[in-house]
Amino acid sequence: MTEEMLIPKIGVVTDIRQDTPDVKTFRVLTPDGTKPFDHMPGQCAMVSIPGVGEAMFSITSSPTNTEFMEFSIKKCGCLTEWLHMIEPGQQITVRGPYGNAFPVESDLLGKDLVFIAGGIGLAPLRSVINYVRDNRSRYGSVQIIYGSRSKDDLVDYQEIIDEWMTAPDFEVDLTIDREQSGWDGHVGFVPNYVKELSPDVSKTVLMCGPPIMIKFSLAALKELGFKDTQIYTTMELRMKCGIGKCGRCNIGNKYVCKDGPVFRFDELGELPDEY
Amino acid sequence: MTYKLFLDKLYDFFDKIAGKEILYIPSDDSDGSARFKKYETGVTLSESGNTVRSAKDFFFPQTESLVDFKVDGQKIEVIDPRTETEDFVIFGVRSCDARSFKILDKVFIDQEPADSYYLNRRSHGTVITLACTAPVETCFCKTFGIDPTESADGDITAWKTSNALMLKAVSEKGRALLESLGEIIDKADSEDEKAVEAQKKQTNVIYDKLPLHNLSTEKFDGRSMMDTFFSEKWKELSEACLGCGTCTFVCPTCQCYDIKEFDTGHGIKRFRCWDSCMYSDFTKMAGGQPRLTQLERFRQRFMHKLIYFPMNNDGEYGCVGCGRCLAKCPIHMNIVKVMKSIGEDE
Amino acid sequence: MQEVMIKKAAELLENGTVNRVMGWKAGEFIYDVTPAVFETAEELKDFVYGDFCAPNLSKYMVAESKKDGKILVFLKPCDTYSFNELLCEHRINRDGVYVVGIPCDGKTDIEKIKALAGPGIIDIKREGDNLKVQTAYGSSELSRDDVKLDRCLVCKSHKHVAYDELIGEDGEIRESKRFDEVERLEHMTPEERFSFWRGELSKCIRCNACRNVCPACTCEKCVFDNPASGVENKAASTSFEENMFHIIRAFHVAGRCTDCGECSRVCPQHIPLHLLNRKFIKDINELYGEYQAGADPESRSPVVDFTKNDAEPGIIYERGGNE
Repeated sequence: MTEEMLIPKIGVVTDIRQDTPDVKTFRVLTPDGTKPFDHMPGQCAMVSIPGVGEAMFSITSSPTNTEFMEFSIKKCGCLTEWLHMIEPGQQITVRGPYGNAFPVESDLLGKDLVFIAGGIGLAPLRSVINYVRDNRSRYGSVQIIYGSRSKDDLVDYQEIIDEWMTAPDFEVDLTIDREQSGWDGHVGFVPNYVKELSPDVSKTVLMCGPPIMIKFSLAALKELGFKDTQIYTTMELRMKCGIGKCGRCNIGNKYVCKDGPVFRFDELGELPDEY
Repeated sequence: MTYKLFLDKLYDFFDKIAGKEILYIPSDDSDGSARFKKYETGVTLSESGNTVRSAKDFFFPQTESLVDFKVDGQKIEVIDPRTETEDFVIFGVRSCDARSFKILDKVFIDQEPADSYYLNRRSHGTVITLACTAPVETCFCKTFGIDPTESADGDITAWKTSNALMLKAVSEKGRALLESLGEIIDKADSEDEKAVEAQKKQTNVIYDKLPLHNLSTEKFDGRSMMDTFFSEKWKELSEACLGCGTCTFVCPTCQCYDIKEFDTGHGIKRFRCWDSCMYSDFTKMAGGQPRLTQLERFRQRFMHKLIYFPMNNDGEYGCVGCGRCLAKCPIHMNIVKVMKSIGEDE
Repeated sequence: MQEVMIKKAAELLENGTVNRVMGWKAGEFIYDVTPAVFETAEELKDFVYGDFCAPNLSKYMVAESKKDGKILVFLKPCDTYSFNELLCEHRINRDGVYVVGIPCDGKTDIEKIKALAGPGIIDIKREGDNLKVQTAYGSSELSRDDVKLDRCLVCKSHKHVAYDELIGEDGEIRESKRFDEVERLEHMTPEERFSFWRGELSKCIRCNACRNVCPACTCEKCVFDNPASGVENKAASTSFEENMFHIIRAFHVAGRCTDCGECSRVCPQHIPLHLLNRKFIKDINELYGEYQAGADPESRSPVVDFTKNDAEPGIIYERGGNE
């Protein structure tokens, strides 16, 4: 019998990092200690705990990480609550990779990049950011505009300080929604911060975050003179199969699991706004 | 080559096939409605036009096991439950339903990766189509270019005339089955061919008397997705929709599914089951719900069949005109009314 | 009748009593009418009322009565019981609805017509108590009594129990033989009855049409749609689960089911679901005294009302016939 995508593989959670009060990052390996499968930045995987459920998550680690795979997961539903309760050594199932990727090997090559993220929206972008950092010479400057509700809600904060802030030609602009003791950085919502920072309109934008942030950041970018063709985002809808057959994650005639999750805004503009 | 078999030998023919493979034929239930039944001595062939449920169940059953798990502490064992399907023959599939298999193939086989569960059943199934002689008012297969009197979408195509069953192989698999039947079937002669032609003509005469014989897809060929999506008509069309799944479940081309789990007490069974885009939880997730009202869900179903599917499949529509949804919708809202109403939009 | 109703609707729209009208709209064939809302006198050209206007419009009032303005709804006698029951359960805003009661002498079942006159229906004309049916294959004349919906054959009432206005004279509550078939089931041995229901319920395709059409099923979120309930499923994970869906539903509507028969009418698999509900009604009548849900909006269903004469749990043993 042929190989079946719907039959998952075993993954072992070897390490769990508490990133924020409601986000944990899970390191996943096969039982043999290898990386479960290769992927490109932006692609997703179906993760499940049998008996609890299965859901699609973006792969947070970079393809350049050849040792393991990571998922940053926010606690928000049944499965994610279970994932937040497990201990290292727990086996889960994984299948993938699914969907398209950010065009890191085509359209993004040589470009100056702006990453705009809000909250857990950093998870899918982290894969690209680290891919770009590990292939530094092939891309132009990198600007990361990242905001969260509070300092404690900034995902991967330590990695941001240790690795991204020190990487060559990397600018990291952090913001939090409200004043907080111990925070001397910027305070304010991401869309406003984007306007304040006013990135150069020659740059290419990769954006991910809550819908309201996307909506207003997109407006801010348009105001600054950015075109839809310069802005990429990644979508999330309910998925069951991951291979464009179960029929629920479509936006118009496109399936998020197969044709997405990465879309350029001009592509989205040609589709019904049902997301 | 066309073969024939006198009708008094019909059940010998069924016995012969059933001796080799599992055979399913349409047979009348106690309430008079036709359903596919496993053939064994005593099961009689229905005279009805079509079965209440579509034939998609043979390849895409309402529920099927995908994978089993055994969970022991932190450890998980993945068990592949798949086994090779036994060979089977379905006799009496109408042209509309036979075309639906081709449409399902596009989703489950042609679009990679192929679905091995579907492929397994499909490759072990032989389809004998049977020409329609009694189309009814809900029929509109010709709208989608389907010939009710002869199908090229199965493995063998058949005609039941007043005294004989005529059989013609359409695929290699069909040819092999016919050749394996031996002397029970004879070569048809020109008189038999004439009888078939006369029957086809008569069926078409009846078809042309029916109310939907003129229904055309013309207004939908290459139609704008955005204009159709934002049509004002959806509100009125979806107004009385109950949000049940009847249309979806009787539809031969609806193939959306859900994946669910069941704790057997000894392990976890992950299975898939038919799902309906008409259901409120179809797209609901922890993070939100993009289709909040029945209007959006209703629109999705028809957009999928009339716009999205053709856009992705060289203009082929996701409907075969079998008319089951016309007959079964509790409030009689259906794809024909949608096509007529939306078709009026410029 | 249709003309009188259109005239009434146009008049009430015109004088501002209502701003919308709910009735039935003509379809592609003579029989495929759809419940519809009409907002102008012009739109009423598609309004129909006839032998196929079976859908009970009262459940639509749950949502429609809460919209701006007032809606006119045409209700047949049996529909008014559902309307009352929904009022009783505070599901309808009475001020948002103007009910016009319309007479009904039974609706016809297209499946029965097809079974007798053959398929390929082109036209059906009513002539007195007969129907002239023209199909693509010929024509025939049928007696209406032979092709009425099952529920109409045992019609329980020609009387409207809720209305603002009536068209025509009101009728009477009728002697109905509706419990005969329940009795037939009761006379079966437990094994026969079990196999009868297993056979019927195993046909279920879980389309939820019965539940979604049922005027007694108006939960904001059905337990079977709620992933948090633990029983939510679109398909049976065990062979008994389909049966449970219907049995649980019958329990949930017990004492509130008016026996409108919509569940059986819409079932695509012809499962006689109304017999489950009717058994509950019969039992309630026998155990707690005659009770017709919806007959009186002020009444309390016996299953939520306590009296000292209520049956004790021991009744189960007595009636079950074994220890």
